[in-house]
Amino acid sequence: MNTVLPFKIDRRRFLKASTITAGGFMLGTAWLPDLLAQPPRAPAPLRPDAFIHIGTDDVVTLIIHKPEVGQGTETSVAMLLAEELECDWSKVRTEFAPIDAAYGAMQGSVGSSGIRTSYDPMRRTGAAARMMLIQAAATQWGIDPVRCRAESSMVIDTETNNSLSYGSLAEAAALLEVPSDIVLKDPSQYRLLGKPMLRRDAPAKINGTATYGIDMNLPGMVYAVVARTPVPGGTLLSFDATASKAVPGVRDVFEIPQGVVVVADNTWAAISGRRVLEMQWDAGENATLSSVGISQRLAELVAQPGVVALDEGDANTVASNTAKTFEATYEVPYLAHAPMEPQNSVALVTADSCEIWTGTQMPGVAHLTAVQTSGLQPAQVKINTLYSGGGFGSRGGGPVVEESIEVAKKMLGTPVKLVWSREDDMLYDRYRPASVVHFKAGIDANGMPVSWTGRVSCSSFAGLRDGIDREAVAGLAEIPYEFAHKHFEYQEPGIKVATNYWRSVGHSQNTFFTESFIDELAGQANKDPVALRRELLANQPRMLGVLNLAAEKAGWDTPLPVGRFRGIAVVNCFGSYNAQVAEISLEQGEVRVHRVICAIDCGTVVNPAGVIQQAQSAIVYGLSAALRGSITFENGRVQQTNFHQYEPLRMKEMPVVEVHMVASNEVPTGIGEIATPAIAPAVTNAIFSATGNRIRKLPISLALAT
Amino acid sequence: MAVISFTLNGQTQTVDAVPDMPLLWLLRDTLALTGTKYGCGIAQCGACTVHIDGAPVRSCVIPIAGIEGKKITTIEGLSSPIAQSVQRAWLESDVPQCGYCQSGQIMSATALLAQKSQPTDADIDSAMNGNICRCGTYQAIREAIHRAADYVATNEKDGGVA
Repeated sequence: MNTVLPFKIDRRRFLKASTITAGGFMLGTAWLPDLLAQPPRAPAPLRPDAFIHIGTDDVVTLIIHKPEVGQGTETSVAMLLAEELECDWSKVRTEFAPIDAAYGAMQGSVGSSGIRTSYDPMRRTGAAARMMLIQAAATQWGIDPVRCRAESSMVIDTETNNSLSYGSLAEAAALLEVPSDIVLKDPSQYRLLGKPMLRRDAPAKINGTATYGIDMNLPGMVYAVVARTPVPGGTLLSFDATASKAVPGVRDVFEIPQGVVVVADNTWAAISGRRVLEMQWDAGENATLSSVGISQRLAELVAQPGVVALDEGDANTVASNTAKTFEATYEVPYLAHAPMEPQNSVALVTADSCEIWTGTQMPGVAHLTAVQTSGLQPAQVKINTLYSGGGFGSRGGGPVVEESIEVAKKMLGTPVKLVWSREDDMLYDRYRPASVVHFKAGIDANGMPVSWTGRVSCSSFAGLRDGIDREAVAGLAEIPYEFAHKHFEYQEPGIKVATNYWRSVGHSQNTFFTESFIDELAGQANKDPVALRRELLANQPRMLGVLNLAAEKAGWDTPLPVGRFRGIAVVNCFGSYNAQVAEISLEQGEVRVHRVICAIDCGTVVNPAGVIQQAQSAIVYGLSAALRGSITFENGRVQQTNFHQYEPLRMKEMPVVEVHMVASNEVPTGIGEIATPAIAPAVTNAIFSATGNRIRKLPISLALAT
Repeated sequence: MAVISFTLNGQTQTVDAVPDMPLLWLLRDTLALTGTKYGCGIAQCGACTVHIDGAPVRSCVIPIAGIEGKKITTIEGLSSPIAQSVQRAWLESDVPQCGYCQSGQIMSATALLAQKSQPTDADIDSAMNGNICRCGTYQAIREAIHRAADYVATNEKDGGVA
């Protein structure tokens, strides 16, 4: 037997691989679906350059196109590639991807899309590389590749047990055509996928060596902070930098479009210089903006007809003919993202280049921002993605990158580290919008709800299409509960506060609304909250699955110790299903959350350890906001400046979180944001169970105090 | 400007700097020890925690004028058997997510275990309450501290070092 399959040398491709990898080869895929789309099924052309680099020294470097902001995809994406590549996991290196068309819209950490957009493409990419390495070995041995198998970065001839290392095969493999008929492993043979894997980034994050954007250090680098209008939307009239320039270490003070920048030898000098900067501002149209006024505006609009986002059956007629109706209005406040690492960006601009070092969720947007701000060509702009100290929607690659380039443009050849102080990060964040919703249900003679009508007034943060922000109505215009008659409308309030995506996006507030209202409807029906949900979710097996799992693990039908109470909430978001039971007590007028039982169905689980991490994380993030998160405005100014006024959950308040995963072979769906939405209503529903006090306005601490 | 001498991670260090500059910025910007993080600047989050003469302090509010002659340890200089137990437990309990607060968490946890080798949950609550984690790793941190305490106890029993 001497079958040698044909292979083709692509000179251009080979040269590129040689140049970049110095003797290794790179393999990639151009197969990237639209953002947030379902994973594609059709075969797609694979392109050798983007994801896998095998050095002649046997080191396998996996290029990770998902920035690591804490969600764990540096590990899980590497697992997907390595599983099919059959490389030695202990010798894998990872690097974050440069900007390249090969990664397209998928080069981002947003929308709980990491695994669901990587699962098929990354496994196929790994498998293609494995097949090429096997082919290269078979060619060298002069045997049929079916005799070969790959294991631990070696190709083995199963008849002779001869072996060749990936490093020794890399150059020959790089000359081969990328196979079109990719053969994926049988899941029963998985060594990595489905196993709890420790994070690849953990060792560097426990000894201080992990480099975040704010840690970037370049020779000759200067430090900059920006003084901005205290009322967002205001304009600078004049400034006097005399006192600032007298501060030791301050090098220069000048104006950029975003405000006045203080450039110094170190961050402290820059902050000190800014503190004594004298500025006159015109506050502009937001001069009288206040939270009271915003609440009034939202409440007015929610009472007026809006743009129809959902209309099935004849909800309004049904509601007017039922035995009775039940109505309720709910409200949530603005929220800041407040990641632990404040926004920052290092920029180095020359006459013909612009290089950025930053932690960002969206390197592609950072690149676009840099191209536009620098005025240079895309190929002249380089983005280096570093670790992010949290993102949660705040690190979109926009404002801070833009500011750093505005400063660096005026200091050609000098690297500039532009840092937002914690106060900047809180005062100039783009916030999760405040929102008011009104619901009305028609209730039949048996107490059962038979129609569901609602309207929300919430600033658009994702853009309007046909008058509707689909993200703002997520979970409202497609409720999981079965009603023959449903109607929902949207009202854009025209409030001039910068808004943005926030962990779990529209679901972060809308699940509080729907799960509070459904709990109220259970009361109207005189039914147990779980029982009513089961009835209305009878045709939603995966929702029922998590509902029942959470109820069972929480012992929903068993009594609690005296003084303890339970509440439940469910959500379907980012393709996944989540139910949570919160166990609480009330102590001196404050709620204490003792235990959270969290049931998740996110399809096939890639890294169960990662799912547990993300569930705990999302719950804490949601609970921090539910308990006391609130950004308020007075005379146009944000009133919370730092963690003492916008205080996240602390160790003492941490509940025990139990995460239960539904075993599933369905396609993997989102996990990073899934567990944020349900915690607020689970807790407020528990408070209702304890006190009969229905909290319809967050945060809980304020509701309990009034 | 003022000339200040202190011991940093076991080495004598002399700097000439603005005396009101917080230790945090001296470490990060002047001495390039970026493992100590800036989170709030007002001693609310604990990301900047270092040890001064063994005690955990928030370096963002310690003017360098006050560190003359002190012994300062940062995350880069952690080397005690207790610290090694803490870092090992942190890995095994899969603690870090974004990881930004973890230097401070580890400095606080190491100081706790140095003072109290078998901390209760209440001890952990009070020692760690000043360290905010926006990724919500508190449950894993609690587990890791108990795990580290076990390692410390085993080491002491064996008379050895991990």
